[in-house]
Amino acid sequence: MNAAPEFFRKNIPASWLNPRTGFTAAVLAILALVPLYAAVTGDPFALTLFTRMLILAIAAVSLNLIMGYGGMVSFGHAAYLGIGGYAVGILWKEGFTSGFVQWPVAIAVSALFALVIGALSLRTRGVYFIMITLAFAQMVYYVAQGLDRYGGDDGLTIGNRSSFAGILDIDNNTLFYYLCFALLLGSVYLVSRIVNSRFGLVIQGGRSNERRMRAIGFPTFRYKLVCFVIAGALCGLAGALLANHTNFISPALMYWTRSGDLMVMVILGGLGSLFGPVIGAVTYLLLEEALSRVTEYSGLIIGPALLLVAIYLRGGIEGLFAGARRD
Amino acid sequence: MLYFIEQCLNGVQLGMLLFLLAAGLTLIFGIMDLVNLAHGSLYMLGAYFAATFAGMTGSFVFGAILALIATAAAGMVLEVIAIRPLYGRSHLDHVLGTFGLLLFFNELVRLIWGPAGMTLSLPSEMLSAVQIVPGIYYPIYRLVIILVTLAVAALLYILVMRTRLGMLIRAGASNREMVGALGVNIKLLYTLVFGLGATLAGFAGLMQAPILTVQIGMGENILILAFVVIVIGGIGSIRGAFVASIIVGLIDTLGRAFLPDLLHAVLSTNAALTLAPALSSMSIYMLMAAVLVIRPEGLFPAASK
Repeated sequence: MNAAPEFFRKNIPASWLNPRTGFTAAVLAILALVPLYAAVTGDPFALTLFTRMLILAIAAVSLNLIMGYGGMVSFGHAAYLGIGGYAVGILWKEGFTSGFVQWPVAIAVSALFALVIGALSLRTRGVYFIMITLAFAQMVYYVAQGLDRYGGDDGLTIGNRSSFAGILDIDNNTLFYYLCFALLLGSVYLVSRIVNSRFGLVIQGGRSNERRMRAIGFPTFRYKLVCFVIAGALCGLAGALLANHTNFISPALMYWTRSGDLMVMVILGGLGSLFGPVIGAVTYLLLEEALSRVTEYSGLIIGPALLLVAIYLRGGIEGLFAGARRD
Repeated sequence: MLYFIEQCLNGVQLGMLLFLLAAGLTLIFGIMDLVNLAHGSLYMLGAYFAATFAGMTGSFVFGAILALIATAAAGMVLEVIAIRPLYGRSHLDHVLGTFGLLLFFNELVRLIWGPAGMTLSLPSEMLSAVQIVPGIYYPIYRLVIILVTLAVAALLYILVMRTRLGMLIRAGASNREMVGALGVNIKLLYTLVFGLGATLAGFAGLMQAPILTVQIGMGENILILAFVVIVIGGIGSIRGAFVASIIVGLIDTLGRAFLPDLLHAVLSTNAALTLAPALSSMSIYMLMAAVLVIRPEGLFPAASK
């Protein structure tokens, strides 16, 4: 029962007042106040933008679990975003409108796909792993293009959001926002529990030296596969949320550049840090949005910015604070 | 049967184009250990340069030559400015950095050439079809692509296997510190290899330009195909890239041409029409997944790493 205090004691260093926790807390506080801002200014767009941010942050958190902690560089993570979204869309089209059906199915189907993809991909190493996960994502992308009944290439407009039988009315945008926010915090908590468990230590050990982990008797393949499935399932949930957010699904959800975007968010925020992906997602999407208001050619600035991050900012934005703390 | 031969030729032609891209990618990966997502951007640049220069000079051939020079220069400048700091870093940094470059080039092209695509028209003598075997006419330009690319492949083979530069390239691939210690200017070597890769990619782009439209993002789909090729062939192996290019080109083209009819035999017309393109697009990825599961290092693993 006292898992939470235990977690805080273990993970929060003695000095609460370091720039890193301060920054994270500030980001979270801002995220918590967005609906208030939207209500006061009457600017519904902010709510839409930030809801999207929270959802993609969940996807980035799930990618960080395998990429940052497990060292499994998946270049096909957007596939689960699509699978989760399509699960919701297809169920809606077939008359199952209840979220109690849609969401668990979205999670289960994503987990199943991750199980198959992971079982095959985890046999390879290094850049081959990057490429084979990309290949599987492309396969799923083309399958979605071929689903004529569900819009094919054009995508499918979903008539209404998942219904939760009067318990939750997610047609209410503010409520939906806080639901996403809670789920995001939940996923970060989940990841923190995983990486600090024995299971998570094996995963992290496998990242730094897999041969040694095997030599001391851990069947690393099984551990990595389970981790891969958890990440896939979590990303599937993000996909279900995204489908509910936009009321629309299309194969473009899974195009390989979308997987690239997710990787960018994770690396930008800070690989292998708990809140890094959240900060990365917020920064990346805010930057994109802000630049698109200033200039028509936002890529001219984002592109080189990413290059500079890759060259100079090891450890991403979170890494900046880690450096500051050491001084 | 005639249709089959024609489609096979189309497949080989696509394979040859893929080889031009894959050869550069695999060289860059094999030697500099760099995952370059911006390779497709150089392909796109080659096509845009060709369309522009051909328009300015009024000649396809001059346009093509100028475009090759321009792409090679662009590649080498890119290497010196942006790629060099990425050597020796993790693949993840490569992916992030070159993904940024890809975004940058897409916007740059939009800024310079505008959002609308361009067309590159062929000289009139390239427009006709030639009878290759009795009853089969094949567009002469596609035939030219196959032959020219074969010649380029042969030249590349001679360059890598029979010249001093090629020897250094191969030596750099197996042990870069040792080559550097022996007094070879490894930085210059890398720049040259990157320039070579860029030229090959630009060449693929300008050859393909008259068949497809020249447009933003044209390099993205084919880049992924080229990655599939080098992974199937074995990263770092030019021979593997050559064989895998032809396999992928044939499977992709033949799948598109014949799967609809094959599926039609078992399914309704509508289902076959929608399922076939998806299945044929998927087929090469299935091949790649199968190859990796059976031989995780590709068909022709590069000898030493």
